[in-house]
Amino acid sequence: MSTDLTRLSALEMASGLRRGDFSSVELTTAHLDRIERTDRVLHAWVWWDRESALRQAGEADRRLTQARSRGETGPLLLGIPVALKDLVLTRGEAATAGSAILSGYVSPYDAHISEKLKAAGAVLPGKTNMDEFAMGSSTEFSAYGPTSNPWDLERVPGGSSGGSAAAVAVFQAPLSIGTDTGGSIRQPAALTGTVGLKPTYGRVSRYGIVAFASSLDQIGPFARDVRDAALLLQAIAGRDDRDSTSAPVPVPDYLASLPDSDDAAAARLRGMRLGVPRQYFVAGMEPGVEMLIHDAVNRLATAGADIVDIDLPHTDYGLATYYIVAPAEASANLARYDGVRYGHSIREPGGDYIADYLATRGSGFGAEVKRRIMLGTYALSAGYYDAYYLKAQKVRTLIKTDFDRAFEQVDALVAPTSPSVAFKFGARLQDPVAMYLSDACTLPVNMAGLPGLSVPCGLSDGLPVGLQFIGRPWAEATLFELGRAYEALTRDDGWRSILPRDLALLDDAATPSAPERAAAMRAA
Amino acid sequence: MANLSRSDVEHVAHLARLGLTDEELARLEGQLNHIVDQYAALTELDTEHIPPTAQTIELENILRDDLTRPSLPRDEILALAPQRSDDYFVVPPILGEHGN
Repeated sequence: MSTDLTRLSALEMASGLRRGDFSSVELTTAHLDRIERTDRVLHAWVWWDRESALRQAGEADRRLTQARSRGETGPLLLGIPVALKDLVLTRGEAATAGSAILSGYVSPYDAHISEKLKAAGAVLPGKTNMDEFAMGSSTEFSAYGPTSNPWDLERVPGGSSGGSAAAVAVFQAPLSIGTDTGGSIRQPAALTGTVGLKPTYGRVSRYGIVAFASSLDQIGPFARDVRDAALLLQAIAGRDDRDSTSAPVPVPDYLASLPDSDDAAAARLRGMRLGVPRQYFVAGMEPGVEMLIHDAVNRLATAGADIVDIDLPHTDYGLATYYIVAPAEASANLARYDGVRYGHSIREPGGDYIADYLATRGSGFGAEVKRRIMLGTYALSAGYYDAYYLKAQKVRTLIKTDFDRAFEQVDALVAPTSPSVAFKFGARLQDPVAMYLSDACTLPVNMAGLPGLSVPCGLSDGLPVGLQFIGRPWAEATLFELGRAYEALTRDDGWRSILPRDLALLDDAATPSAPERAAAMRAA
Repeated sequence: MANLSRSDVEHVAHLARLGLTDEELARLEGQLNHIVDQYAALTELDTEHIPPTAQTIELENILRDDLTRPSLPRDEILALAPQRSDDYFVVPPILGEHGN
């Protein structure tokens, strides 16, 4: 075969399928072959199902033929593989949420987004690796072993949606789904050199998604470019009666508002007012990251954007606020894992129900999940509620008000996504606060319910750095315009043509797998 | 400085229904104190007149029509049960000598 189909963008795949250059079965086979060649080492997937994927692809080919015979085009995702984070339910298939407590669980129904993707004819080959219950910033807290970063196999891909990010970065899938509670889409996107969007709270229905923190969780796309991310958001966004937090807000045609030509895309920057929040250049930020973000801001200014310094004075309180609110909500959400209705279960002889719960939950949850449940239970417990949870909700108001004021002056904010590049396996495992700081620049956005987009903006010491655009509520279209404009401005940059450094090692039988490598590094 | 004692940590673990080993309790005692110390920063802020934010989109009183709809297939749901008896989940006894 002359061209490697996996290297195409999703939109190019859609065109190729319509032209009849290749079929969905061929496209899906190319991706499955790639997963099978590379995933022993990378470990981006918890599971995939070749037979099911090829069956879905065959059906997509029939729909494509049918559409063509009627002179129609069919949905753009028809026949295109999409990887799902393993907390999205798909009927009749496993969903572990990265946890041993859901080992063996079979989803009895489809998530809203699974229904939408299936209706659009997307091919769903399986599920990607993640930190247990989406709690973590490195994917090291998966009960199924960590995922490697393809830019340096000794480093983490970020998290919690690390598998979804890595899979897209190495061409195992053109598109994937993640969830973002404090940065779990944007931070791994930054660390793997991919595009990731956390939509506005309420933009995508969470029916059928394993819950972590219900006032913060949102579902969003990963892709290798901004237009592909827009394509995937289009397919999943919108009101759903089964999630009463999904909002009855119209979903615009995202792709239609993104120009094909680079010049037209870059021209959108003229007159755009962009705020640079000074508090996002946090203490401990790596100089290489800071330099690239400043360069990116200068490029945007040169292209005609009006750059304004912005104060978000309560940013420094974001971390403490988040680590009260998110664990509190998690401790309530995870109370459902009781070993009675589904999942891992231990029944102690003698029949003390408390002993059963203690044993089931004590053996089913991993270290980080236990830590968060403990924090949340403590913050909500008698005598501490006002001091911690209520206080945090009030500070949350202050954080949100900072953003409201900023958006009176500017159209969007531009900031780093992560203060550091990808870190080595084990580097932050012993210090929870160091791990939590990975999300210092992303979690305020969740606290305020805003959309945030991370796009690659260069390499620092050979590792990817992400640029974050933060928008007003429901302004995903603006973020896509900005991300697309930034792509256009940097299209000829040398770093754009550099592939993940360790890509070639992935299909080498001599390369240790991600779990083997992480274990060896812990032992050393 | 936060000051969670070992017995505080054990109490919270019990409230959370988490059976933890001695080693886990010892590690969590240190880690929880370290994390809760970070919360102290919030006391710098005067929030007396600030309303709390529970959610960020202004949706209220979302109601749906009270319609009869099929529920999930009973057999498929019960097939996931760790212990099942006919059409029922088997739960541990909560009344009797262990209940309160």
